[in-house]
Amino acid sequence: MISLESYRDIVGDDVISYLHQLADLLRGRRVVHVNSTKVGGGVAEILQRLVPLMQQLGIDADWKVIKGNDDFFKFTKSMHNALQGNRLHIPKPLFENYEETNRENAELLKDELKEADIVFIHDPQPASLIDFFPKRKGKWIWRCHIDISKPQRSIWKYLRQYVVKYDASIFSTVSFAQPIPHPLYIIPPSIDPLSDKNRELDDEYVLRTYKEFGINVDSPIILQISRFDRFKDPIGVIYAYKLLKKPVPALQLVLAGGMADDDPEGQIVYNEVRSVAEEDKDIHILLLPPEANLTVNALQRGADIILQKSIKEGFGLTVTEAMWKAKPVIGGNVGGIKIQITDHHTGFLVDTPEGAALRIRYLLYHKFKKEEMGRKAKEFVRRNFLITRHLRDYLTLMISLLYFAKDRIEL
Amino acid sequence: MISNPFVVKDCALIQIATGVKVQTLRELKKELLTIDEDSIYYHFWGSLLTPRFREPEFGNDFASWAFHALHDRSLAERLSVIDPLQYSDIQSLRLALLDVIDERLDEVEVVPFSSSDQQFNFVKCQIVVFNTQKLIDKPEELGEAIMSFSSGSIFYHFIDARRRTKGNIDDFRAWLKMFGDRYKKLSTLISQIDPYFTTLLELRELLAQTFNDYFKMRNRE
Repeated sequence: MISLESYRDIVGDDVISYLHQLADLLRGRRVVHVNSTKVGGGVAEILQRLVPLMQQLGIDADWKVIKGNDDFFKFTKSMHNALQGNRLHIPKPLFENYEETNRENAELLKDELKEADIVFIHDPQPASLIDFFPKRKGKWIWRCHIDISKPQRSIWKYLRQYVVKYDASIFSTVSFAQPIPHPLYIIPPSIDPLSDKNRELDDEYVLRTYKEFGINVDSPIILQISRFDRFKDPIGVIYAYKLLKKPVPALQLVLAGGMADDDPEGQIVYNEVRSVAEEDKDIHILLLPPEANLTVNALQRGADIILQKSIKEGFGLTVTEAMWKAKPVIGGNVGGIKIQITDHHTGFLVDTPEGAALRIRYLLYHKFKKEEMGRKAKEFVRRNFLITRHLRDYLTLMISLLYFAKDRIEL
Repeated sequence: MISNPFVVKDCALIQIATGVKVQTLRELKKELLTIDEDSIYYHFWGSLLTPRFREPEFGNDFASWAFHALHDRSLAERLSVIDPLQYSDIQSLRLALLDVIDERLDEVEVVPFSSSDQQFNFVKCQIVVFNTQKLIDKPEELGEAIMSFSSGSIFYHFIDARRRTKGNIDDFRAWLKMFGDRYKKLSTLISQIDPYFTTLLELRELLAQTFNDYFKMRNRE
């Protein structure tokens, strides 16, 4: 387990002592996080780090994962897509299965959740758990990690009936917040600079990783790391690459990612991507297992430019990871990416594959600009998007809720 | 020896969406008439303590929105120049904003509007203040001590203080006043530090340097 002290050299003494002082006000409190997957995806990644750090600060923190059958995850994936704006019809029996699955999980988790001081329920999958705890002791908070600024109304209406029962909600950016009659906190997610995905690597390891995949490090490399998901627009990335193949013939594209336990669509999208790539030897499609964190790290460090051309995104952790490695990122002008990348300062925001192609070409040509943007990006992440800031926000929120939600709390 | 030491406090800010969003300049004016004072405060000072890229050319979120979303450069410039330190309370600051907006609405033929995904979202902040248990007995100790202050402490004592203290001054000057005229010159030097276009870490360095230079000079005299 990585100790909180290990972050001191990266974030500074004042940040660490600040966390201790805030946490002193929460010592011994029982805090439980609940989500639907132990591995894969950004939520699991954040919880793997956040929960042990809370424990080190003297908080009695725990993390529980709900279980579900294939229909449950099929439903929650559809719900996830509909909340992000896709118009879908979801058959009624799947709703019933969702409620039943959460009822079963409530039974399994009843002792842990009933007595907790604070319960964080992550995303829509476990949202209806709250219905089974009418006599809960603590504060329950719904943590929404996705962009629900323009949801399919019928699905939001269904989910909202559960969300309104919580004491507060958390959204990644203010534009995602839906009107709900309780406090709507804004907490952007974060990355862990000491995790395998983000820690420093030597150049030799990076070169070896690229060599293993048969990628030529002497030619320009553009990279997108993401799950095989339509909202990440891997097809648009291939299109941008194809637009550049004539002016930059040596260009290589690496699309690398895995599949989350709770995403049944991954394989379909992966097959589509393979088919659009059409045997182009300079397009490398890498299906990575969830534990391939060092590989992801090496790929990011070795790439010239990193893309996250999503068309919907809550908060793209891969954007922040790339920025932490001093890479300028070309990101989709959507969702949380808009607060992660400052257009023309730490990277570029684009609306189309054509826009992505233009910015890639610009950065490949202006190497000085690429490096300057990379440096700025890294410092911006250091100050704003590391796990220590995220932890600070959670501690502040817990204090705020436990010590009465007034605008000013003097302790 | 003074019996009231400087009590070092710290604070954490958390952002809360108000649920109020606007898309046109006229809507902005309407909401500004009634929005919480905390929200106006946040949109002037919040970027210092919350995860955002601070644009040096825009001093507040209203100006930034006018530029990026309304594409109204004149309005952005006029809103940028509003200095919150010149107003004794948020209500006066609110009126200053409304004056600029009214003036612009009188000038334009078409009310400036943003695209639907660039609406202005009013946010407010909740502030949690806690005692660090650190005490500073003498002003001579401030220069060294201040370098160990967190960003939150600098915000609390140098920015937030102006909402709490008599005469809207920072906590350092308020404390020095308790010594009578003895540190008048030092107070003047602190008053010349402009917190508006800088970061909290830069402010910390500026403050430490001001205290250190002052006491070095005084020791030489």
